[in-house]
Amino acid sequence: MEPVVKVENLSKKFGEFIATNAISFEVNKGEIFGFLGANGAGKTTAMRMLSGLLTPSSGQAFVAGFDVATQAELVKKNIGYMSQKFSLYEDLTIQENIEFYGGIYELSRQEIKDRSKGIVDKFQLASVKNKLVKTIPLGWKQKLAFALALIHKPKVVFLDEPTGGVDPITRRQFWDLIYEAANDGVTIFITTHYMDEAEYCDRVSIMVDGLIKALGTPSELKKSFDVDSMDAVFQLLARGTANK
Amino acid sequence: MEKYAIQIESLTKRYDEVLALDQVSLHVEEGELFGLIGPDGAGKTTLIKILVTIIGADDGKASILEMDTRQAKKSIREIVGYMPGRFSLYPDLSVEENLSFFARAFDTTITENYSLIESIYDQLKPFKDRKAGALSGGMKQKLSLCCALIHRPKILLLDEPTTGVDAVSRKEFWQMLREIKSQGITILVSTPYMDEANLCDRIAFLQGGKILSIDSPKNITDQFPWQLFAIKSQQKYALIEWLRAWEKVSYCYAFGEYLHVAFEDNTIQAKALNNYLKTGSISASEITVISPTIEDTFIYLMEHGTRC
Repeated sequence: MEPVVKVENLSKKFGEFIATNAISFEVNKGEIFGFLGANGAGKTTAMRMLSGLLTPSSGQAFVAGFDVATQAELVKKNIGYMSQKFSLYEDLTIQENIEFYGGIYELSRQEIKDRSKGIVDKFQLASVKNKLVKTIPLGWKQKLAFALALIHKPKVVFLDEPTGGVDPITRRQFWDLIYEAANDGVTIFITTHYMDEAEYCDRVSIMVDGLIKALGTPSELKKSFDVDSMDAVFQLLARGTANK
Repeated sequence: MEKYAIQIESLTKRYDEVLALDQVSLHVEEGELFGLIGPDGAGKTTLIKILVTIIGADDGKASILEMDTRQAKKSIREIVGYMPGRFSLYPDLSVEENLSFFARAFDTTITENYSLIESIYDQLKPFKDRKAGALSGGMKQKLSLCCALIHRPKILLLDEPTTGVDAVSRKEFWQMLREIKSQGITILVSTPYMDEANLCDRIAFLQGGKILSIDSPKNITDQFPWQLFAIKSQQKYALIEWLRAWEKVSYCYAFGEYLHVAFEDNTIQAKALNNYLKTGSISASEITVISPTIEDTFIYLMEHGTRC
């Protein structure tokens, strides 16, 4: 099976500074891949290249079957993206946000109708769908943002600290949604600062100073560093030299 | 009567239809490191902004060292240090220029209170000529802290200083807070990270504008009323599904590779639990009784409310 994300010696330089230094890895269909690293380790740069927003300096990456350097527009159309700063329009209603995103991804009227019904039913939004997004609770916004990142049925979805700042119950409900999407075959590429969430991933990579310093299942990583939590693995590894 | 560093009584603040603070009362003692723990939208920022006299409350009373936040704005601003949630320094000024700007605004100099910020500022020194806007996130955070401390405030108020900060840098930041506390400065810090609560002397759980509980971290976790089990199994999802389906389960949440489970019925012990798992063809590699974490207790209080 062809991996959904395939990265080979991917690098990005800003002047003399090497933000991402020849990283290589693959992510399979339906896998939950945790992309960890300290602030400034190069995660954002790598994510931006993988989502077709930034051209690599060298190396190659294929996402959903497309080359991020030469087919950036196709990459963007075939991935979903959600960040902590939910890209919802606060002054539009829930229904209008759904239609707007459906439009952006060039879905047909019928598709938009079907999927918006799907989202409204699934999250029990019928009574609030005509409310402005800015008036709904944060937990709902987060779930809606995730549903919208998946509205065009992308093969892979990039989640950039999706659970920052939410309460502990909502945070866990959000992971239920992630598992469900992964189970449906969507590949999940996620960053987080919650180390308990690193344990929920199928595999985890840890970036340090532009390099991938560790890659494996949580249990493999804990075993190889002889510690009992991903937090301990992270504390051992994550502080490279750049921030000292 | 004891003089509190911060005293808040029935504080209420409304933004249109949203009740940001709903009759919040608490006090912070002098020299205390007090944590305001809660998710986004809990009211943490509103509370801190009222304390530093940026906004006014609709109802109730807040005072800093017995000075009323409505009347003594100027005196309060002289004795508090405030680090807002969003980076608020001058991006076009250098590190050193920002610091000396804040020092002058408070009628002091960098050298006068240097001992207070020395250990933090030492890490910034190599970049002292760099524009603040060009610093990394961690460095911006350290500079903001230095600027909030440069006039040697009596009380330091920090609004989510560690949000979006990685796990290693968060630990370092809390180490700095302990050092500042040891110099006799009272600290009120807000955070959405439950694990940071353990590093405070006392904490307030805030959720939806209301206080769920106020106490020391130890006493807070004592409020979790049931025996708590941590279960580990290779069949992670089957384990969750199977336990959620059991009507006897009162509490069931994932914590990293473990599942935390509790029963109101305290006759259920590990053996009975294991037997139930077997009926679902689930084998647990570990079932242990553990002490509840801060996060367990927060979840419990969210679901069941306060008991007072």
